Amino acid sequence: MSEPAIRLSGVRKSFGKNQVLRGIDMQIPPGQVTVLMGANGAGKSTLVKVLCGVHRADGGTVMLGETPFAPETPSEALRSGVVTVHQNINDGVVPDLDVTSNLLLDTLASGGSTFLKRRDMRARAREIAAAVGLEIDVTLPVAGLTLADRQLVSIARAMAHNPELLILDEPTSSLSAAETKRLFEMVERLRDRGVAILYISHRMSDIRRLADRILSMRDGQIVQHFEDKPLDYEGAVRAMLGHEISEVDIRIPDAGKPVLELSDLVLREGAAPFSIDAHENEVIAVAGLVGSGKSAFAAALFGLTRPVSGRMKLDGRPHQPRASSDAVAAGVYMCPKDRLVNAVVPDFDISRNITLPFTRRHSRPGGFLSFRSERATANRMVGDMGVICQGVGDGILTLSGGNQQKVMVARWMAEASRVLILDEPFQGVDIQARRDIGRKIRETANTRTTIVFVAELDEALEVADRILVMSEHSIVGDHRNDNIDVSAIMAEVVDAGAAPRAAGI
Amino acid sequence: MQKSSTLLDLAIKYGFLALMAGLIIFFGITAEGFLSPFSAVFILQSVAITGILALGVTATLVVDGFDLSIGAVATSALMLSAYVMVVWEMSAFWAVALSLAMGAAVGAVNGMMIVKFKVPDLLATLGMMFLLLGAQRIPTEGRSVSTGMALPDGTIANGTFSDTFLMLGRYRIADLVPLSVVFLIAAAILIWAFLELTRHGRLMYAIGSNAQAASLAGTNVNRYKILAYMISGTMASLGGILLSARLGRGDVASGNNLLLDAVAAALIGFAVLGAGKPNAFGTAIGALFVGILLQGLTMLNAPYYTQDFIKGAVLVVALVFTFALSGRTGRAKA
Repeated sequence: MSEPAIRLSGVRKSFGKNQVLRGIDMQIPPGQVTVLMGANGAGKSTLVKVLCGVHRADGGTVMLGETPFAPETPSEALRSGVVTVHQNINDGVVPDLDVTSNLLLDTLASGGSTFLKRRDMRARAREIAAAVGLEIDVTLPVAGLTLADRQLVSIARAMAHNPELLILDEPTSSLSAAETKRLFEMVERLRDRGVAILYISHRMSDIRRLADRILSMRDGQIVQHFEDKPLDYEGAVRAMLGHEISEVDIRIPDAGKPVLELSDLVLREGAAPFSIDAHENEVIAVAGLVGSGKSAFAAALFGLTRPVSGRMKLDGRPHQPRASSDAVAAGVYMCPKDRLVNAVVPDFDISRNITLPFTRRHSRPGGFLSFRSERATANRMVGDMGVICQGVGDGILTLSGGNQQKVMVARWMAEASRVLILDEPFQGVDIQARRDIGRKIRETANTRTTIVFVAELDEALEVADRILVMSEHSIVGDHRNDNIDVSAIMAEVVDAGAAPRAAGI
Repeated sequence: MQKSSTLLDLAIKYGFLALMAGLIIFFGITAEGFLSPFSAVFILQSVAITGILALGVTATLVVDGFDLSIGAVATSALMLSAYVMVVWEMSAFWAVALSLAMGAAVGAVNGMMIVKFKVPDLLATLGMMFLLLGAQRIPTEGRSVSTGMALPDGTIANGTFSDTFLMLGRYRIADLVPLSVVFLIAAAILIWAFLELTRHGRLMYAIGSNAQAASLAGTNVNRYKILAYMISGTMASLGGILLSARLGRGDVASGNNLLLDAVAAALIGFAVLGAGKPNAFGTAIGALFVGILLQGLTMLNAPYYTQDFIKGAVLVVALVFTFALSGRTGRAKA
């Protein structure tokens, strides 16, 4: 292997008490595509932000070639030769300007003469575009371009700096198959020119197509790297999702009568229909990669979107919620993922956060709230969940992430439900809070059916009676959590996902 | 519950009320007659109408919205109530009912524009402000409404402001407390109770703090937002009715300062008790604070043209107080 373009050793980064990067050691060689894989919350985006100068590392060293590299700002990273293309395409371009101005934006921003020479600018812009094989009319406004072309423009602009390292953060997430193909051709051209490329993606088909090496990231560390051809894709996914023998002993109870019956459900156009039943006293975990349709499944059950076709029945009656309020009224509750965006009401204390969906239960005629009733419920739930706080009057933001999450779960456990959906309930919580929440889910499961969407397989093994595997917006595997064959699940997570797209390449 | 009150906490919580108490003591010593009941009533009367408007706009601030049309709604209600009585020669009841209905309807349209057509709140209500300022002048071709005025078709309007209607603006209970002050206090208690004590108010605060979370908890966010703008419109029209009853004519030129004064009162209210968020009690105190300051300075012979400067200065100080000291964490009452 040639000298690495960039070498990280022991890079650490924490936000408050939350340690996100726990000593990253990695090397990225020039002329190769290094794929970085990791589940949600593994620390990938933090790592990227450290490399592109948005965050500063707390410790460890980064060597770019022979020189230490610790950019204070994104523009410093750019000047040093580390170029990042972010997930959100519009971050990389100014839509109102034409292609020429976009390609020369960094030059414009860094000064030069006040008046612009259009002809010179266009000539220079054409050179930049040609250098990466981008064929485009440089006088067009960027707003009129397709997403893929915008992406390519932002890459071309980045390449004008002759970078040593190009970081692509989930670049294909909003591109079509044909657009993806163009992007890949450009990436391959850059690789052949000797640029080191760090490619972050969840899409197995992208990874199969491009990867020369794979790094698997988990809990803020690079847990394994794969370089020998043929690459062990399944091993990489396993390393990223983890499957340590769980300490939690699951005793699977007898499932009760079916509560939720789904038949021939199609979550999006072209996805395979699936049918499953969820029973009383059953905890089901749904595992799958990001983009496999877990969120779409949860959204359909909770009435946020309607499935393309198929039937949903709740206790034998049709379940067709048109809004979250319908679902809640029917006894279908969802604790959403990304609690700070979707669940936490920052101005409220613990008590008010817990009672939010059920204020009616705590009201007298005329809608007047009974604060005593609210406090009683809040105290009971805080005790049950083991939320560590001084009192239910504490502001929600004074709690740690794990305790905040316990409050969010408590919100939906405060009232009896028929179906309890928990979307990534273990996201950003410490191991103790994760165990507490998991135990509580199982303890209270006998009166309802519970569906937990998980990011890591460990979480599924810890909490579920039954594990469903999702891929391509459909259920591709259904396993009883009992002497389970982890590699079979891994194969389903990886392979079913790749098959339809691989055919298109 | 454990209480850990540092000096800063105390300052944040009671600083504004202490400042107000200090102001009252200061004017009580320096301005003769400031502490008389008559002066107190005068202050209340001077802030009654802006206070009522401010309570309405508080409802929209609670859902993280804003209503710039309240001043225009108030003057429209002023013109409409006069028009109903003078030109259509209808009773005081209809003047009040139609004006309130107009306010509620304008609020509903504002709310629909914002939640259904996704027009940003400032722009939607700014547009509505211009629309109403223009619309209220069309029926009278830009003139004020008063008995004996000539209508565009050449006839003379013979209706009069009924005595019942004028009472709303002029009657004093026990020859001291004007009805408008009673309306202000009643409105303050109603809005406060609605926002703080009912589940609807609670959900509106949840929407203002995190609308996405409120929605995923099963709250009909759009309905509550529209409700907030309807409350705002209705309160503004109530203010307009009281102004009309005080003036006794549909004066096209009055009510210029209503919007800014009301918004200032609501924003000053953020600082009261360290709430850091819109609240009815704070809004009422904010309106009162401005009233006390202006009355005291007037009695000390401060020139009238310094009034707006003083209001602005108070607002700026209150906002710094709110956002710099207590932060934007929001300090929900335990």
